[in-house]
Amino acid sequence: MEMEFSPEELAFQQEVRTFIAENYPAQLRGKQDEGDELSKEDFLAWHKVLYEKGWIAPAWPVEYGGTGWTPTQRFIFSEETARAECVKLMPFGLTMVGPVIYTFGTPEQKARFLPRILSGEDWWCQGYSEPGAGSDLASLRTAAVREGDEYIVNGQKTWTTLAQHADWGFFLVRTNKDAKPQEGISFLLIDMKTPGITVRPIITLGGEHEVNEVFLENVRVPADQLVYEENKGWTCAKFLLAHERTGIAGVASSKRGLEKVKEIARTEVDGDKPLLSNAFFKRKVAELEIDLTALEFTELRGLAGPNANKGPGPESSLLKIKGSEIQQRLTELTLEAVGHYGAPYFRGFDEGDNAHPIGPDYAHRAAPTYFNMRKTTIYGGSNEIQRGIIAKMVLGL
Amino acid sequence: MDFTYTETQDMIRDTLSRFLSDSYDFEHRQKLIASDAGRDPGVWKALAQDLGMLGAAFSEEQGGLGGGALEHAIIMEEMGKVLAVEPYIPTVVVAGSALTAVGGPLAEQMIPAIIGGEAIVAFAYAEPQGRYNPANLRTTAKKEGGSYVLNGHKAVVYAAPWATHLLVTARTGGSQSERDGISLFLIDAKTAGISRRDYPTVDGNRASEVYFENVSVPADALLGAEGGALPLIEKIMDEATVAICAEAVGVMHKLHEGTLEYTQQRKQFGVPISKFQVLQHRMVDMFMEWEQSKSMTLMATLKLGLPDNERKAAVSACKAKVSRAAKFVGQNAIQTHGGIGITQELAIGHYFKRATLIEGQFGSHDFHMDRFEQLVLPD
Repeated sequence: MEMEFSPEELAFQQEVRTFIAENYPAQLRGKQDEGDELSKEDFLAWHKVLYEKGWIAPAWPVEYGGTGWTPTQRFIFSEETARAECVKLMPFGLTMVGPVIYTFGTPEQKARFLPRILSGEDWWCQGYSEPGAGSDLASLRTAAVREGDEYIVNGQKTWTTLAQHADWGFFLVRTNKDAKPQEGISFLLIDMKTPGITVRPIITLGGEHEVNEVFLENVRVPADQLVYEENKGWTCAKFLLAHERTGIAGVASSKRGLEKVKEIARTEVDGDKPLLSNAFFKRKVAELEIDLTALEFTELRGLAGPNANKGPGPESSLLKIKGSEIQQRLTELTLEAVGHYGAPYFRGFDEGDNAHPIGPDYAHRAAPTYFNMRKTTIYGGSNEIQRGIIAKMVLGL
Repeated sequence: MDFTYTETQDMIRDTLSRFLSDSYDFEHRQKLIASDAGRDPGVWKALAQDLGMLGAAFSEEQGGLGGGALEHAIIMEEMGKVLAVEPYIPTVVVAGSALTAVGGPLAEQMIPAIIGGEAIVAFAYAEPQGRYNPANLRTTAKKEGGSYVLNGHKAVVYAAPWATHLLVTARTGGSQSERDGISLFLIDAKTAGISRRDYPTVDGNRASEVYFENVSVPADALLGAEGGALPLIEKIMDEATVAICAEAVGVMHKLHEGTLEYTQQRKQFGVPISKFQVLQHRMVDMFMEWEQSKSMTLMATLKLGLPDNERKAAVSACKAKVSRAAKFVGQNAIQTHGGIGITQELAIGHYFKRATLIEGQFGSHDFHMDRFEQLVLPD
């Protein structure tokens, strides 16, 4: 039992720290500091730096482009990137469809798609949820009918994150209407430029265009873009879901978020004292800090404990539940902390507009971020679904 | 970074678990705690002499197995699973750690007696007016020639009816809540002038009000520096706090497990009540509180060796979280059992009682939140 990093791990930590300091794109840093909306190119700028270094997919097997790091090294890497506030890498290719392809795909699919996921050439989106299939995902109705060497796809997907940027999408489609819901689903890779696909924005509470509706009308998909076997898509989906939950605790970025809340609460004045000296506010910050420590050590016990090499199990649902609750509480405290200046609606800078927005800088995004982060307990399997998973898989109920 | 246990640690857990499941069968425990003595002295002897358990955390030089805080945690988690009433925390964790820290002839004489099971030490630190502040003391120790004379009243001293020795905090100087002027004494429990009112506690342990009336003890009963013992007292109390959190983890284990089993047997509306989603989700919440308690206990155990303020912040974070968790898991275990949960018949209620008292021992949730805030978020 050893809580501290070994000398080798400390050296690795230093290496990562130095690399970020020397290679993080300066223009991107500037935009982040200004609170500007980030473009596709911005997200990809950091992706490309990591790709060139060979650090883009630490969790992948080495043969497909992984780094061969230990779980502790991966933990250090994610801590350091969060500490330095690097933009988050888009998960759709790297942590979602990539692992599905190298686990279930054909040699041709691996060769065709994996290198472009690593390089960032292809931007992926996830076609899972439908208007009538949310938590009950297996009830999805988007249908794919085989015609010769093609599938003809018809239906509608929703909540498709950043589909407006996507080159490719991985879709769950129904290929057998007569089987049990889970046994009639297939996993299809679809070029988003295929005729018959329409992407329409959904604007969320913070005013962002983050998610979309995707309509598929007689979309013709070559049959060699089916992953695994027809009607075995649910296997891929379950695999992906477990994979998606790794790192979903978000400990490192929540630690940084907590520091920011403290900074704000030291700056804001309540009477003749900093807000952080208000006993009620302080207690909420303290409780959040303690809960974050509990989450961190729960993650570490899994990462470097007796089951370290077994990969994420259903226990990762706990990390998702507690991690998402903490992310939300951070945004809640930030909004509380900024007081009146949570109210002004800041639409971002217009071209050539130099007028400073109203209120302190840290207040501009407080309410939109609070609104936006309500998603964390809903997406990736809602927290109620996660409780169901623990009840069934861990408690055996 | 490595969060695995050694083979020796796994062996300690397995051996102890097997021994305790025999010696602390629930029915048997209920008879023991209702007996005059309130315990079976043979269990303590066996823990010491047959299993070598009381030496697990002492260094090999001291005659132990070379363990430390992790061994304390393993042992107390197992004790918690069977609701053991053994005086492990005051004797081995608190007195053992104080003696190890101070060293000298008294340590050389006492530690083998602790490891061998001959000595039982009760920790007399709490006072009726002091709540959880170990510096709030009215008990005095006045130096008179080659000895100290103690006067005062110590509250709810666990295991005092069984103790061969008392570890006593007293003022050799300073005012009632001052940090300076506090001393620590290890004294023979039969010293003239000590009187006790013994009683059972609501969770089946035994404790006493201990009164000191002109109790004269030799000067070599003093542990550490006269008037400067508070940092040591805080340290041993932190070690005890983590150990009792480990006990809470064991207690929660059984509360959770018992609730799962009961809901799978109990039928209402024609189905086992474990099929109801509202109860499933509650049991998941109980599970998550228990898991997080394990994490916090491990975190604090590993941080016991850090500098004072880091150690205190870690221990307070742990106790605050575990106190809340113990309350949540305990109350929901009873609620889920329904009427049968509030009877003496089932073990579940007895685990609930122990969980309830652990919440307050060595500082409540509120006490530890305050201490955490003073260290981590100072004004």
